[in-house]
Amino acid sequence: MNDMRLTERAVDNNGTKIRAKGVQVYYGDTHAIKNVDVDIADKTVTAFIGPSGCGKSTFLRCINRMNDTISVARVEGDILIDGEDIYDKRVDPVQLRAKVGMVFQKPNPFPKSIYDNVAYGPRIHGLAKDKADLDGIVESALRRAALWDEVKDRLTAPGTGLSGGQQQRLCIARAVATSPEVLLMDEPCSALDPIATDQVENLIHELRANYSVVIVTHSMSQASRVSQKTAYFHLGEMVEYGDTGDIFTNPKDERTENYITGRIG
Amino acid sequence: MPVIWMLAIIAILAGAGIVLGRKKALASAGGDSRLLHSLPGYYGANVALFVAAPALLVLAAWMVLQPILIESRVAATVPEDAYETQGDLSLILADVRRVARGLDLAVEQGTITAERAGDMRSEFTDVRQRLAEVGVAVGTEVDRTTLTAAQRYRVLEGRADLAMNVVVLLLAIGGFGLMYAKTDKDFRARNSVEAAIMVILIGASTIAILTTLGIVLSMLFETMNFFRQYPALEFFFSTTWDPSFSGRGGSSELGILPLLWGTLYISLIALLVAVPIGLFSAIYLSEYAGKKFRGFAKPLLEVLAGIPTIVYGLFALITVGPLLRDAIASPLGLGTSASSVMTAGLVMGIMLIPFVSSLSDDIINAVPQAMRDGSYGLGATQSETIRQVIIPAALPGIVGAILLAASRAIGETMIVVLGAGAAARIDANPFEAMTTVTVKIVSQLTGDTDFSSPETLVAFALGLTLFVITLGLNVLALYIVRKYREQYE
Repeated sequence: MNDMRLTERAVDNNGTKIRAKGVQVYYGDTHAIKNVDVDIADKTVTAFIGPSGCGKSTFLRCINRMNDTISVARVEGDILIDGEDIYDKRVDPVQLRAKVGMVFQKPNPFPKSIYDNVAYGPRIHGLAKDKADLDGIVESALRRAALWDEVKDRLTAPGTGLSGGQQQRLCIARAVATSPEVLLMDEPCSALDPIATDQVENLIHELRANYSVVIVTHSMSQASRVSQKTAYFHLGEMVEYGDTGDIFTNPKDERTENYITGRIG
Repeated sequence: MPVIWMLAIIAILAGAGIVLGRKKALASAGGDSRLLHSLPGYYGANVALFVAAPALLVLAAWMVLQPILIESRVAATVPEDAYETQGDLSLILADVRRVARGLDLAVEQGTITAERAGDMRSEFTDVRQRLAEVGVAVGTEVDRTTLTAAQRYRVLEGRADLAMNVVVLLLAIGGFGLMYAKTDKDFRARNSVEAAIMVILIGASTIAILTTLGIVLSMLFETMNFFRQYPALEFFFSTTWDPSFSGRGGSSELGILPLLWGTLYISLIALLVAVPIGLFSAIYLSEYAGKKFRGFAKPLLEVLAGIPTIVYGLFALITVGPLLRDAIASPLGLGTSASSVMTAGLVMGIMLIPFVSSLSDDIINAVPQAMRDGSYGLGATQSETIRQVIIPAALPGIVGAILLAASRAIGETMIVVLGAGAAARIDANPFEAMTTVTVKIVSQLTGDTDFSSPETLVAFALGLTLFVITLGLNVLALYIVRKYREQYE
């Protein structure tokens, strides 16, 4: 806790949850992210859009330090969550990732039962005091992921046996089960059909009540449907950031306009 | 005509088929390869395949079956009063073969004419002397029975060889003619080649299966032979292993239990060494180690697998055995023998490390990165991820690796001879000398053996038991893996 954070809260009506200042990412010799500054608000859905290879997923993976698992990746600059620098030496990346959940592009349920998939995080972090408590956590996570009614009779069935859309919602339930404060979604619907996409988008709407959600997407219609804030990335730079409505109707930068009108990307 | 000539003729015909088939197909299309149903090469390959495949298959089958059939025909001509047991008959037949071979050689070198070889009589000619001249040594005087049988053998063999050559040549020429006639621009050579290739593949897998079957059956027959002379109950449940070669049967005690105990005890120790070390090093190499280190450590570990087991045996005999005795066994009063179950087990365990580690490493690497990302993304540490996600996902492969190691351990002989000794004994003390099934198979089959006595035939019963045990292990593991596997994708 520091004083700066309190003053910042007062300024922004929803509060700044994540603040990035001068973030640079290098993969070996490649300069993947160039000097990105962004403030991501609490209880808001923020979309990152941009052409493939523009660095939006890379930047997303900085927010929960998933880039640490890649040995050649190097991150410079500051990323603060609730005013605390997550790249500080005292911060435990493992604890951080429990607080900043992540959902991946391709549904990746563990080859375990549906129950064990959702209970994975709570068990690791010791969030449940007994079996009944764990049952409760699993149920509420599955309910929040709008999956409970479909799977409540087969919790012991393998998670890999679900359909693609159900698997992705299972992964969301799994991320939600550790009670994160921020949820990062890396193209969560790119492997799903329109019906499953619709379900996940509805889910994102509901999650917004409790979490700060950051979503990377290739679909501009999806970004306009689910997000309140949008950031446009281009060749490792963040070109434009603002209210979703403004970005899509009145882009200030030419590159953003070219992209959303379909001239590049 | 020797077989090599047959092979050459088949090869020439096949080669001609490649060239001519292609040429005829192209000619039928007026030289425009686009009008052909298949690429020109297929027409040639099709003719060649139909020349070579049937001819070679029949040739191979004939060469396997011919000696068996001829032998049984010749055996039938040997008068029944010339031998007492089956063993005597097989000795006579061995002589017959040798004499027939000698006559062949003699005719070939011109010391006897072909007619003379056919009507030679043992009463008037010193056959043994004649054969010795061409370099074939026959143990005893060649008597009338043997000589007549040998001459009959040669006649039959000559006829069979001729028949084989005719049949094989006809097949090759027939295949050539048939396919060459069919070759035309509309002929579906591509599909025909596809079918022929499938037949070849089926043939290869059939050979593998039949060989296995043959091994099992031959073991089975000899084992049944053994159980006719020795009670099965005693073999499986007696706790004494005490074969006597002089006594011929009666005084021998051939209980498998002490040998099985030694086998399982040594294998258990070997696996207790190999599985944790192998698995942990595999985990380190695949999950923690950097690329560079892995690139040089993995081949280094695999070098262990390339060391001949006799070298491990020496290591056990000279280094590990005395070390264990002086450092542990003697001070604790557990024994004074340098050969011990512990020595063999430890050294065998070291030998097995690469089997476990190398395979496990490959399997752990095959677990998708998405699984790791999912786990790290939930805030799991590396070792939590490995324990709870990666190992369960890789389990079937790891069990497979361990089973391979177990099979090697059960079948290992050299390390046991040098490390654990040859004393059959049931004892819980790991610092005692014991021995295994395989060692006893070797010792029963080497030296002066008589393939009709139970002391020798017991080797087959031991071998079959071992085979059944490893088979059972494999089935069990398959079942475990099916039941508990956590399948990704």
